[in-house]
Amino acid sequence: MANYLLRRVILGLAVLVVAMLLLFLLIYAVPGDPATIALGPRASEAQKAFFREQMGLDDPLPVQALTFLWNLMHGDFGTDILSQRPVADLVFAALPKTILLAVVGVLWAAVIGVPLGIWAAMRPNTWTDWVIGIISTSVVALPAFLTAIYALILFAVQLSWFPAIGAGEPGNYGDQAHHLVLPAFAIGVAWVGYIARLVRVAMLETLAQPHVRTYRSFGVSDLRIALRFVLPIAVVPVISVLGVGMGNLLSGAVLVEVVFSRPGLGSMAYDAVISRNFPVLLGSVVVTTALYVVANFIADAAIAYLDPRLAEKG
Amino acid sequence: MADSTVSPPVAVRAERFGVLRRLFGAPLGAIAAIVVMAFALAAIAAPWLAPYDPNAIAPVNRMQGPSGAHWLGTDQLGRDLLSRIIHGTRTALYVAFAGTGGALAVGMAMGMAAGLGGKVLDSVLVLFNDSIKALPLVLFALALVTIYGASMVTLISVIAVSMAPGYFRVVRNQVMVLNNADFIVAAQSMGASRLRLAVTHMLPNLIGPILVLIAMDIPAVIGIESGLSFLGQGIQPPQSSWGNMLAEGYTYVRQAPHIAVAAGLPIVVSTIAFTFLGEALRDALDPRSGGRS
Repeated sequence: MANYLLRRVILGLAVLVVAMLLLFLLIYAVPGDPATIALGPRASEAQKAFFREQMGLDDPLPVQALTFLWNLMHGDFGTDILSQRPVADLVFAALPKTILLAVVGVLWAAVIGVPLGIWAAMRPNTWTDWVIGIISTSVVALPAFLTAIYALILFAVQLSWFPAIGAGEPGNYGDQAHHLVLPAFAIGVAWVGYIARLVRVAMLETLAQPHVRTYRSFGVSDLRIALRFVLPIAVVPVISVLGVGMGNLLSGAVLVEVVFSRPGLGSMAYDAVISRNFPVLLGSVVVTTALYVVANFIADAAIAYLDPRLAEKG
Repeated sequence: MADSTVSPPVAVRAERFGVLRRLFGAPLGAIAAIVVMAFALAAIAAPWLAPYDPNAIAPVNRMQGPSGAHWLGTDQLGRDLLSRIIHGTRTALYVAFAGTGGALAVGMAMGMAAGLGGKVLDSVLVLFNDSIKALPLVLFALALVTIYGASMVTLISVIAVSMAPGYFRVVRNQVMVLNNADFIVAAQSMGASRLRLAVTHMLPNLIGPILVLIAMDIPAVIGIESGLSFLGQGIQPPQSSWGNMLAEGYTYVRQAPHIAVAAGLPIVVSTIAFTFLGEALRDALDPRSGGRS
């Protein structure tokens, strides 16, 4: 197990390094002056010179690549062109807000999706199963930002049940929770369907196994079998999908933040695009990539704990 | 009925028609296929189907709700929303097919190379694809748009690169399985070259899983295109795109919510249709797998 986790750590680091190199190449392989392109035609000569110096644009490419990686590893993501503050400060200030939104979104989806999946799996090929299947398949591909816009129109603009803009007063947790409802709802809807489907399939597969038949012959009730013996196995694919789906989840959160004008990584990146504040954009890409790698490692570790057979297979 | 464990596929041609029959035999699959075809028709015949010129401005009629003359109403410039949606279908499907097509080309080339090449090449390509998957799509796209400019080409390229790992995985795994299949070993023993193996023996076996993946990816691409266009970083106005219309509707969400509602409808319907089509295709191609995601 320790061996497996160590391999996963090394692999994760390798993925991170290659992803950063790829990013570097895509940014610096552009024809023309990267400073002008990144900062836009309206940037002053001083800003461009600063950017060039900061990014080491006058060095040979391999040196630039290594400097780029070295700086990232030390948490140096460059300087915000507008406020002159370190990008790392801005990104790490915005990150928890986005993570909160994403986590609450997935949590409520799991709370609804897992029981739905169990319910469907315990009545396979009945009307219940069919209706749950159709609903969950329908919502799976709904873009979160579209759900967000519809929720905003219905619940904020028409019904005025929830606020439309912002994240609530600082310090006032009730107000913040009130502001969180619609964005988290929008992010979770697609996940409800996704999780319900995964749980249903995994439950059905596990329920068909001989050890479950043995439990049944011992007179253990269906519900107890489902919850006590089958569910722990059935949540494994959900966890692994949550790891891989981290990118998806964050992309959804980015757009939903813009819809509800919520402070966070997405709003920050969007403002950075509009003001051509390239270092801030780059910083948010780097941090979310790292977040994806970490989330996948946690998912792998959790799976290895729940199902050691997978860890042994490698 | 023959036992499925003993009987190998008898006639390939008959099997293929069987797939179509099974696809249209499932009611949801048939409905999804018809809706998808309707979208395709709307995209091809947009200029003839749209009741108005999508860019004809009529300030007198601005922000009108749905009516007999304008089924879905008009936008802030008095343009007919239905006509803009029909023309937006062109944009959406063009980006969807170009994006998934690009991803397929890139992913398939890498997958074939990984499956047929050596172990080192395979490991390098797997690492490379894992790294692409680690990049957060929307933020990554925003970063590239800042550098390369917001255009359809940038959009399609970002989508093609970001979605390639899915095709890489399917192609690589299939090739790995096929590598040991009897008929491949037989062809190899008769002196078939690697290229010949790849093109004549492996490709036909990859078509099914790839079709399913394309149908499943198209809704995702539609979501990405409309999302980035919503942020103003995808398709640029005046070209009509569902995402652009959503952005405009969002601006006037208090005065005229019908604009955003109308602009979102085709996204909802098309993503659902493509998802169900993908599901039905998968079940039709492999009747044994019931509801695997």
